[in-house]
Amino acid sequence: MTSEPAVRGEEKEFGQADVLLRTKDLSMHFPIYKGILRRQVGAVRALDGVDLEVRRGRTLGLVGESGCGKSTTGRAILRLYEPTGGRIVFEGKDITHLRGDRLRLMRPRMQMIFQDPQACLNPRMTVGSIVAEPLDEHTTLKGRERDERIRELLDSVGLNPDFANRYPHEFSGGQRQRIGIARALALNPDFIVCDEPIAALDVSIQAQVVNLLQDLQDRFSLTYLFISHDLSMVRHLCDEVAVMYLGKVVELASRDLIYKSPMHPYTKALLSAVPVPEPEVERARQRVILKGDVPSPANPPSGCRFRTRCPVAFDRCAAEQPAWRKVADGRWVACHRAE
Amino acid sequence: MEASVQAETPEPVLEVADLRTVFRSRGSKVYAVNGVSFQLRRGELLGVVGESGSGKSVTMMSLMKLLPTPPAEIVSGRVRLGRRDLLSLAPKEMRKIRGGEVGFIFQDPMTSLNPVFTVGYQLMEPLRKHLGLSRGEARKRATELLSLVGIPSPQDRMNDYPHQFSGGMRQRVMIAIALACDPKVLIADEPTTALDVTIQAQILELVKSLRQKIGMSIIWITHDLGVVAGLADRVMVMYGGLVVEYASVDDLFAEPRHPYTRALLQTLPRPDDAGRHRLKSVGGQPPHLLAFPTSCPFAPRCPHAFDRCRRERPPLMPVGDGHEAACWWDFAAQGPRDDV
Repeated sequence: MTSEPAVRGEEKEFGQADVLLRTKDLSMHFPIYKGILRRQVGAVRALDGVDLEVRRGRTLGLVGESGCGKSTTGRAILRLYEPTGGRIVFEGKDITHLRGDRLRLMRPRMQMIFQDPQACLNPRMTVGSIVAEPLDEHTTLKGRERDERIRELLDSVGLNPDFANRYPHEFSGGQRQRIGIARALALNPDFIVCDEPIAALDVSIQAQVVNLLQDLQDRFSLTYLFISHDLSMVRHLCDEVAVMYLGKVVELASRDLIYKSPMHPYTKALLSAVPVPEPEVERARQRVILKGDVPSPANPPSGCRFRTRCPVAFDRCAAEQPAWRKVADGRWVACHRAE
Repeated sequence: MEASVQAETPEPVLEVADLRTVFRSRGSKVYAVNGVSFQLRRGELLGVVGESGSGKSVTMMSLMKLLPTPPAEIVSGRVRLGRRDLLSLAPKEMRKIRGGEVGFIFQDPMTSLNPVFTVGYQLMEPLRKHLGLSRGEARKRATELLSLVGIPSPQDRMNDYPHQFSGGMRQRVMIAIALACDPKVLIADEPTTALDVTIQAQILELVKSLRQKIGMSIIWITHDLGVVAGLADRVMVMYGGLVVEYASVDDLFAEPRHPYTRALLQTLPRPDDAGRHRLKSVGGQPPHLLAFPTSCPFAPRCPHAFDRCRRERPPLMPVGDGHEAACWWDFAAQGPRDDV
């Protein structure tokens, strides 16, 4: 299993990594109601025109600060929300407005791993029944076969299969996250949204879970959307990185381009804000310190949404929204300065 | 930027010796802090690093006697602040010290500010209680403090309530409150963990500039080695309620001498990470602390562990100039220590 990644790496370089999932102008507005009549007075524009591409077998990292719409993007893609506008295309099929049985048939293909392993597992269910829940819902596996599948799943995430009768509280944070991963794998999905899967774990446990995610990707050829605010982990794990700010993707490029030559001023600021665990580097560093806070998504600034904090903003930024432009092969950015 | 001013005046402001804290609950005991000793020198920033449950917060809460008893019980220890032993002070005396000579900043600024009082009121409270300032004087000083921590139009913001501030601004208010009475020692418990990176960068810049302006002694608890690298003069690494390594920030990152510190540094993805390789990971789980450690608490997860580690707990031993580690393994000689 350890020799596989290298081979896969080559494939990625030369192969025709096709697009598994694409979003086009995806928006998700949550209405705000006020008064006795509960009249709609506005909307939180959590997503406002998100264009993403996730290629088969790869990992797209989605980074940004809290409230920028990372998790909403993940949930909207999985159709846990009804998107307000735009399209979601999965394997060439428009799934934006699927309903009923057709949506149900889609569900097993796309799964999710949640942030908080404490909150996403039902404390009254055994680990076995948690992992088997998707099986009961979507397959006809019964008795011996079902038990075998549970054991196989627990084994694949590095848990002792004999623990199937135990309850979540008997496990540590890292182990609980493994249970959540086993559940996500139960239906052999193609695509998994990992929503901050390591944020709640201790540093020494994070590495274990990240290694597991990589192993599973190689073994089951999974495609990940990896949502995180930990930029060093995203750099380690992801092939492409999308940077979000206030409901929009501002830059999308391969990992190396994003980290070595970021184009959008927000990407630059975000990268420069991450502390590096090397005292000499830290002392010598010149940071781009952003002023102020993220504006409210219920009332975003005119023109470019980043302009209120942008160190290089000029007149045009307030007047006109920067277009989402392809500046090079596989490199997209939305900034007037990048033209 | 000259951060290390402690070289000429190494006198300790705060001295902690053999601090032990246990929690009792329904017949079982949790040994949270198991004999921690350290010194905080004047003007220095001491970083305290460890995972959750390593005892970093409990140590600091114990020495300020902020833990409810029961269940917590300070079993032994001495905490010297100036000439006084804090652990033997009466509650009334202790209250004078908290928020007076010692300021505290907690992780979550939302839960540590009172939502029903204005920020101005909460900022004036310690000024009036500890320094005996009048309303007017306190108001003036409070406004100065808000502008010191970089809050725009401080006059107006004085009358706002905590929910009207953003997370980063609330943490600035917490810092202003902690600084209100010119504390000798500032204890910051994961003050930037709940914040976004760009806001964290703002707060770290603020702390750096405040240190140059007022030069106090700071204890900074964090689990983020990157934050420590940029901020601390010396670092104390904790594991299982014990200090396992104690060194200047440069020595710690250049030459970590405890296997746990080494493991922590190795599990981090490097900034020049080319991706797609396995991260080194530490197997196993942190200890449960249901018994007082008589062997090395890291031994079950340690790649270098041998018989002695499971038999005898290593004390902090000098391994270099101002560098101490609690380990029986000698990394210089690549073998067990033979000198102790």
